[in-house]
Amino acid sequence: MLRRTLLLGLCRGPLGRGLGTHRGGSILGKVEGRGGYRGSWMAPSSSSVTFRTQDPAHDVKTVGRLGGGDRDGKMSEIKKKIQSILPGGDWNPLYDTSYLPPEGSDVVIVGGGVLGLSVAYWLKKLEKPRGAIRVLVVERDHTYSRASTVLSVGGIRQQFSVPENVQLSLFSVDFLRNINEYLAVADDPPLDIQFNPSGYLLLASEKGAAIMENNVKEGAKVCLMSPEQLRNKFPWINTEGVALASYGMEHEGWFDPWCLLQGLRRKVQSMGVLFCRGEVTRFVSSSNLMKTASGEEVNLKRIHEVHVKIDQSLEYQPVECAIVVNAAGAWSGQVAELAGIGNGPPGTLQGTKLPVELRKRYVYLWHCPQGPGLETPFVIDPSGTYFRREGLGHNYLGGCSPTEEEEPDPGNLEVDHDFFQDRVWPPLAQRVPAFETLKVRSAWAGYYDYNTFDQNGVVGPHPLVINMYFATGFSGHGLQQAPAVGRAVAEMVLEGHFQTINLSSFLFSRFYSGEKVQEHNII
Amino acid sequence: MGSQTRTLWGSGRIGSLHLVAPVWNGGTRGIGGLSRVVAPEGNQKKGRSLLQFLADRFYDVEALRDHLLRKQVSKVHQKNRPFNHINQRYGPYVAGAYFILKQGGAVRFQGREWIRPNQRGHFSLDFLKLQAVPVEAVDASGCAINYQGLDSLLALKELQSLWLQRCPHVDDWCLSRLHPLASSLQELSLAGCPRVSERGLACLHHLWNLRRLDISDLPAVSSPGLTRILVEEMLPSCEVLGADWAQGLKLGPEEQPRDTAGPTPA
Repeated sequence: MLRRTLLLGLCRGPLGRGLGTHRGGSILGKVEGRGGYRGSWMAPSSSSVTFRTQDPAHDVKTVGRLGGGDRDGKMSEIKKKIQSILPGGDWNPLYDTSYLPPEGSDVVIVGGGVLGLSVAYWLKKLEKPRGAIRVLVVERDHTYSRASTVLSVGGIRQQFSVPENVQLSLFSVDFLRNINEYLAVADDPPLDIQFNPSGYLLLASEKGAAIMENNVKEGAKVCLMSPEQLRNKFPWINTEGVALASYGMEHEGWFDPWCLLQGLRRKVQSMGVLFCRGEVTRFVSSSNLMKTASGEEVNLKRIHEVHVKIDQSLEYQPVECAIVVNAAGAWSGQVAELAGIGNGPPGTLQGTKLPVELRKRYVYLWHCPQGPGLETPFVIDPSGTYFRREGLGHNYLGGCSPTEEEEPDPGNLEVDHDFFQDRVWPPLAQRVPAFETLKVRSAWAGYYDYNTFDQNGVVGPHPLVINMYFATGFSGHGLQQAPAVGRAVAEMVLEGHFQTINLSSFLFSRFYSGEKVQEHNII
Repeated sequence: MGSQTRTLWGSGRIGSLHLVAPVWNGGTRGIGGLSRVVAPEGNQKKGRSLLQFLADRFYDVEALRDHLLRKQVSKVHQKNRPFNHINQRYGPYVAGAYFILKQGGAVRFQGREWIRPNQRGHFSLDFLKLQAVPVEAVDASGCAINYQGLDSLLALKELQSLWLQRCPHVDDWCLSRLHPLASSLQELSLAGCPRVSERGLACLHHLWNLRRLDISDLPAVSSPGLTRILVEEMLPSCEVLGADWAQGLKLGPEEQPRDTAGPTPA
């Protein structure tokens, strides 16, 4: 046993890092309790045969077969101590600092939801050489209890009016279809995101019919149907008030967002991304007065340090960083304020805030035994009410986006059941007569990272705070565009410009110049 | 044995003779709720081979293992490549037929006999002159056809019968692609495909001309009996061959089979 311990300790020698640095393993991984997460060390040298460290927890289990419970515990304690003392172990004689983030990281991603993890994944995938960039993901809630990702209904569609949105969704669907090639981790079982390819059915009244016809874009397999055809195909729909319907035949449907999140987390940990459970409370930055090409003076800011406050403690760790990615979802506005975005006279670029705020949305699950069958697509009514099938037992999920005046208070995630009675059920019952006899089983609420400017995402760097990149503000369609947006941000960080999909119309500067990217099909 | 386990699993989901599946539980939202997320394909921990053991410890062996896995994936891609030059020269029917024959399946042109490759995978190229004759039936049982490979099949506009039994790479995404064949396809068989689930079967409702559908023995379908009922409702004019309706149902207490050894007293 001693020999094995010594071997391991010696082997970790060349890979040892300074005191106080977090190991490659993750706290989040430990909470999951799966053996598959091995904190991976990326050795600086590549060609020679190198020994890789193993999670010492594994060895502690195999050791200790001496018999006698008390001696077992004592021996494993001693072994742990020896392992940590030998060079390369995370020995800290004063106190355990494994929960702290590292003292420096090349990229700090604020927010560990699907967008943040997607950016981390693509950064690690597109970096050259392998292991060049240290990425830290800071997420304050490791249970994701309020994250928009997991509370989402999980739909994905290509029926957008803005062509960039269509391209983003098309790539994301491609990613989801080949998810086991992209997110494959050796020795772990393949992912099953439970994709339902049932498509989206958007109904339009007289007013919206013209816009809908214009929306049928390149690459999206959409078929336009008249009310007659709609009644033939889906006899349970009441086509009163519907002038035109657009039905997506392929690449559209819904899936399980929790699975995508876990798959990304698993893969990203195996690629060596560090995780930290904490909250970003402060940015330390420095300003430089620079002159633009036209002679104007501009105050450019650069973030040097991110202060990460540990959960349920007053302790914080300053993390030196080169680049900060704001993927905090509904709370991105607050994170941007910390960086000083929006501190300036209104009407100037300095005074332009990030217009992303929390908006609460309700989702209801109901049961209706006479309801539409297996072929039910994701139906969106002209009134904004939507529903989709859930499972095989005639259960349906749905909701409606409230108007500006009825916006609920986003302070908590309590569900308002009267909203269902007043605003969701009547249009549903009118559209699908079978829904007159439904019974609500449960409901929950989630946040939209609502972009009050034009309800489309913000991607790319800030013009003044030059090392803060945004990947937020998608107002309800972030999950379906996450893989593509992650790749776009990674390209921006690594290359300096968008390579595959051109998202220059989604940059921050449009808030100052006033160019809205209006999307007609936002639910 | 397999069917017994499936019955037990099914009965856990469906209550005694109720056809309402349980409410979407919040179990998957738990931190440890990865079990629903991953496909039920067995535990990798048992039977770790030497390759896996070494790959955990040596970067070179890990690279070798990744290379071998990627080669497997690229082999399937290679098999599903489109034959554009044949398509340009001989037309879509011949290209589709060539694709299927190359994969190891069988093809039947309109008014002709089945063309099959022999034991060694060789087949005669007589069908190259049938450029204008549509393909009526395709038997791709056991072939490694996948999402990309369906491109060649979808060009066969008059296809009436498609057999995709036991195809290992046909999944829900592939089923969503079948809608261009809606006007001609009358018979479809998906028996034994390990990746097809009830979510893919939901997009078969585009195939309004379908008269025979075989969805028996689909291991990825969670409730085979219920799925068959729902598919039959979805496709009213189609004959659906599948699991028994009562499969997976647990009998209520009053219907428990009594021991009929002795005569029951009146």
